[in-house]
Amino acid sequence: MNSVIERYLELWRITKTYDSPAGPVNVVQDFNLTIRQGEFVSLIGHSGCGKSTVLSMVAGLSDYSAGGIVLAGREISGPGPDRGVVFQSPSLLPWLTALENVTLGVRQVRREASRSAVDEIAVRSLTLVGLGDSLDQRPGELSQGMRQRVALARAFALDPKLLLLDEPFGMLDSLTRMELQQVLIDLWMSDRKTALMVTHDVDEALLLSDRIVMMTNGPEATVGGILEIPFARPRDRATLLDDPEFSRLKGDLLRFL
Amino acid sequence: MNDRRFPFDWLLLPLVALVACGLLWSLSSATWAKSLPSPLKTWEMSKPYVLQPFAKRGELDQGVLRFAWYSLVLVAKGYSLALLAGVPLGLLLGMSKIFTRGFDPIIQILRPVSPLAWLPLGLILFQKSEPAAVFTIAICSMWPTVLNTAVGVRAVPQDYLNVGRVLQFTRWQMLSKILLPATLPYMFTGFRLSLGIAWLVIVAAEMLTGVPGVGGFLWQEYNSLIYEHIILCILTIGLVGFVLDRLMSLIESRFRTPDLAR
Repeated sequence: MNSVIERYLELWRITKTYDSPAGPVNVVQDFNLTIRQGEFVSLIGHSGCGKSTVLSMVAGLSDYSAGGIVLAGREISGPGPDRGVVFQSPSLLPWLTALENVTLGVRQVRREASRSAVDEIAVRSLTLVGLGDSLDQRPGELSQGMRQRVALARAFALDPKLLLLDEPFGMLDSLTRMELQQVLIDLWMSDRKTALMVTHDVDEALLLSDRIVMMTNGPEATVGGILEIPFARPRDRATLLDDPEFSRLKGDLLRFL
Repeated sequence: MNDRRFPFDWLLLPLVALVACGLLWSLSSATWAKSLPSPLKTWEMSKPYVLQPFAKRGELDQGVLRFAWYSLVLVAKGYSLALLAGVPLGLLLGMSKIFTRGFDPIIQILRPVSPLAWLPLGLILFQKSEPAAVFTIAICSMWPTVLNTAVGVRAVPQDYLNVGRVLQFTRWQMLSKILLPATLPYMFTGFRLSLGIAWLVIVAAEMLTGVPGVGGFLWQEYNSLIYEHIILCILTIGLVGFVLDRLMSLIESRFRTPDLAR
């Protein structure tokens, strides 16, 4: 493997200003963050603090008012398939099958690839999330958890530089959520994509992340502190829960929130 | 409300209602409405038209379904035009706020205009009765398609559009891969309503222009004082309209996709 790029994703003094009746409001102000290649970073904070806004600015779906975002040496302008996004709702196109939902994106990033090669990438990705038997089912026939698996497969199949997860399991019941966290861990361990995830689930952040960025409450939300999560990988949920270090870090996070 | 079910209620209840209406009809024709033909008389006079529905005995004397067929052909022409114009117009209205702000008032004013008002304009424009009828059908029946398509485009969940933006879809890809399929269920509701209006308009258009068809036949029989055939035409128009609506509902339900946005 090549040497790791230390400043792979760089957010520099990101500010987002909205106009309100009372004048312009900075919902996010001077947000600085640098992420290493292959690092998994979580953004945690109260709902409405602007963490999703930060993510959507990195995704390019929302403009930033000041500052700059650089990914792999290039400034971000607008959305692109080099950043695979998993939204809170699965956002699958209901008239396409699971496979078609994934190939739709793969075809965009592999324009020269043959039809069968595109299908192969999509099938592999869906098999990795455990949906090898449901390729031809439409989202309406899949459970909420399975839909979110398709959404994960769709993002990973793009082979993006950066994975962006916006509270990806926020709409799931706790059992399904644990299942999907494991799916995400397995996927991520297989190719160590650089990932930025927004969550408000403390356990989820501790289980998945290398670092957790705690955001202050908005308006003028910014980085309140960063926790290094030292647990060795692969991590196991059960042993992690018994680790006194886990309780200590969880205590730190909860105190901050 | 009481809604008791019993065996064959789906058949028996409409039959009872039918008999009741028939009785009311006979009673009316026997008492206060002397010029209204009785059901029996209507049936006797209509027999050759119903039993040989596709016969052609002369230009003005043809089976009732043959007349209905002429009308359907005309409707098909006007309706196709309505869809061809209505869908792009609806897409534009749905996609562009500026376009909507400009054209919405005009549409709201033109929409309620009766076919009877459009027809003379069509006659002036085209000088012939058939294109005038087609024009009238098209312009009267396109509005539900226009408005439903526009509503459908506006209802496309932002999530779907974001998927397209992340994949850097071109405008054309956005339209063909996301907007159109997502709007299709709404469009088909519009198509069904438009077809209903097209069928309403055809009768009026034929009556005014004398184009052969079920509406033309109705007017001609009114002028020839054969009132039984007016009732025959009314029933035929109703039945054909009903069948058209059922067919469109079938197609519409095939295109309904579940909304998974929430």
